[in-house]
Amino acid sequence: MAPLLQLSGVSKRYGGVQANAGIDLSVDAGSIHAILGENGAGKSTLMKLIYGVERPDEGQVLWQGQAVTLSSPSDARRLGIGMVFQHFSLFETLSVVQNMALIVPGSKGELAARIRDLGAAFGLSVDPQAMVHALSVGERQRVEIIRCLLLNPALLILDEPTSVLPPQSVALLFDTLRALRAKGMAILFISHKLEEIRELCDTATILRQGRVTARLDPRQGTAHDLATLMIGRPMPPPVHPTPHGLGEERLALSNLTFANDDPFGVSLTDVSLSVRGGEILGIAGISGNGQQELAALISGEIALKSGGKAVMLMGQPVGDLGAAARRQRGLAFVPEDRLGRGAVPDMSLADNALLTAHSRGLVKNGFINRKLERAFTADCIARFDVRTSGPQAEAGSLSGGNLQKFIMGREMMLEPSVLLVAQPTWGVDIGAAADIRQRLVAMRNAGAAIVVISEEIDELFEICDRLQVLHKGRLSPSVEVAATSVAKIGTYMIGAVA
Amino acid sequence: MKITFERRATLSRPVLFAAPLIALGLAMLTSLILFAALGKPAGQALYSLLLEPFVGWYNISEVLLKMGPLMLIAQGLAIGFRANVFNIGAEGQLIIGALFASALPVYFPEGASPLMLPAMIALGALGGATWAAIAAGLRVRFNANEILVTLMLTLIATQVLNYLLLGPWKDPNGFNFPQSVIFPDAALLPILLSGTRVNISVLAALLISALAYVMMRYRFSGYQLLVGGLAPRSARYAGFTEARAVWVSLLLGGLMAGLAGACEVAGPLGQLQRSVSTGYGYSAIIVAYLGGLNPLGIVVSAFLMAALFIGGDNAMVSADLPVAAVFVFQGLLLVFYLGSLTFIRHRVILNWAGRA
Repeated sequence: MAPLLQLSGVSKRYGGVQANAGIDLSVDAGSIHAILGENGAGKSTLMKLIYGVERPDEGQVLWQGQAVTLSSPSDARRLGIGMVFQHFSLFETLSVVQNMALIVPGSKGELAARIRDLGAAFGLSVDPQAMVHALSVGERQRVEIIRCLLLNPALLILDEPTSVLPPQSVALLFDTLRALRAKGMAILFISHKLEEIRELCDTATILRQGRVTARLDPRQGTAHDLATLMIGRPMPPPVHPTPHGLGEERLALSNLTFANDDPFGVSLTDVSLSVRGGEILGIAGISGNGQQELAALISGEIALKSGGKAVMLMGQPVGDLGAAARRQRGLAFVPEDRLGRGAVPDMSLADNALLTAHSRGLVKNGFINRKLERAFTADCIARFDVRTSGPQAEAGSLSGGNLQKFIMGREMMLEPSVLLVAQPTWGVDIGAAADIRQRLVAMRNAGAAIVVISEEIDELFEICDRLQVLHKGRLSPSVEVAATSVAKIGTYMIGAVA
Repeated sequence: MKITFERRATLSRPVLFAAPLIALGLAMLTSLILFAALGKPAGQALYSLLLEPFVGWYNISEVLLKMGPLMLIAQGLAIGFRANVFNIGAEGQLIIGALFASALPVYFPEGASPLMLPAMIALGALGGATWAAIAAGLRVRFNANEILVTLMLTLIATQVLNYLLLGPWKDPNGFNFPQSVIFPDAALLPILLSGTRVNISVLAALLISALAYVMMRYRFSGYQLLVGGLAPRSARYAGFTEARAVWVSLLLGGLMAGLAGACEVAGPLGQLQRSVSTGYGYSAIIVAYLGGLNPLGIVVSAFLMAALFIGGDNAMVSADLPVAAVFVFQGLLLVFYLGSLTFIRHRVILNWAGRA
């Protein structure tokens, strides 16, 4: 029998970049097929070709043995291909159910009911009437997954689907995917979580620099072997921090309560935390439980109208101060959104360095010192291995992972007393992610106080000294990482423990 | 044949400079056809529109005279536009600036102090800035949209001008015309080119253009405004406050418009008249965008726009063109220019075979 989907010799160029070169791929019905590769290896491009978003320059696509030309996603959907994108394709100004109604037939009432059913079945709870712009990154991905499942596709493409799910929901999702496989559905599963791939997938195709470098059964061999094949060199070892002498308290929130004006935002209730020099505090939890608000309240992007003492930075009340004043007192921040927040897409990297590094002597008497600005930027590019043409490259031209390295580097080069990092490795390839984690630990060892807000529970366990879980705007008590388990934190994440 | 647009990695410099010329060529071609269809002498019309402004010393000097205020106002507006603060009411700020400046010669018509002129200029700038400050205050305090507020303030400014010229400031010996007394010599700007009406304000406009260039290119304050315009959330992240951007943008815009108003009454008009408001404040918006919101580009676009004004006046007389045809030509120019901007960011790939 012919495979459900077969690609032979498929290539795609974007300008000067060969994103895919001569890719052969064969996906059978009733199987879960992993696509592995670092950021920029060409996984997303390949998926776009299969989903009809882009057309290949060369090569052939066969669907059930027939040559097909996919010129739009609606062609692909008609054949029975559904896709959940890594970067979401939702209309922000519409509600969840309105987004669904754009491609799924049926009345809005029926759709809302089906959304609730699927949400309940797969632990993908989302309010069908909520506006997409008010949803967190995590919630948006849930909407994407549900939207695909509504169409009952024959082939489902999932691009990093588990990165925003708590462990319990990952297990549920895997049960779902296995059930779908048993019903004969083919699933293309893109993930950088190698253990997941070994647990779930039947076949794996590994891409490196746009080419297929290996095809294998992921259940044979270890995660370490897969990683080595994927990045083309041995994996950097994980960096569990050793216990360490603590400094004075650097950042403290005490009984911080924040009533959000935004009807779709999250209000924070009675949040307390304390971080001392030389430790990393992890804030676990699924996006949309107040992570954005907590980060903005610490960074000063949201300043309290009164009661500055609720936020103490270096022993001083700062709750009513803005972001600039808090930065002056030694805070640096890497936000979860890189383009348009952590960096200005239309500006050069050099000008983006100036965004927060202006305090490092780059501005004198109100004049920008272009020479120092370039030197700082070049230094950041070199030290943090940012792959780019140079300080004059526009931030928007960098891949997500590279831009993250740049922003992380810029904030670290400010030598902050307190570093706040939101989703440090979201969308970053595993080589770079391991590097970022190593650097965070090195900063901690040098005496900085670090707060990491992340959905990646494994990551938090790897680098943090203590963890707190944010759920529905409340923060759990602090627990030592050494004295807890993933399962325990997972129960906090879904609110099973008060 | 397949045509695709591909985003360039960096802006194309040659196209950046060619774009205005291409736009001019296309606008000329289209209007030739249009004028011919109207039964007007197309060649004569184009000659009047485009060439006559540069023929003869008198025409050139009139272009320079118009260029000054356009450039001045556009520089101020462009700073705000780049920060996403849209001051549409430069016309009103110009009027109030002219009023403030006129107060001195109106109340001291015999004044001869050498301080009179500098004081008028300063008052003009203050007046324009004050008028814009109302919009800034309302925006920062109540989040009132500055586009609407500045526009409505222009209507108020016009009525204030009418009231003063028809009432308390009317020249008692002016045969009941709505205009103030003729200003004394001490209240007039020195003429730059003898035998013309060009005064030193055109130099001031060039100097301010240079300052605007320095601010947007080399000053941290200019950079902060740019960030606020390109990525408001990045500005908040870095701690550049929006309120500051609103204040700086509107005050600078108002200040320069007020300055232009003062230079009009102390320059070619020599008294306060209703005709102080001739639409410079609105035209300057086009000038700002045609110049790519870049201080150097604005110098060029102000010159072109001034020439088009003079040429339009000429064409109405010599080629009997309706005034609308002149506006159509200006509109065509703007549309073609904006269209050609696409090629600065993108390259076109023609694929004759249809596929690779």
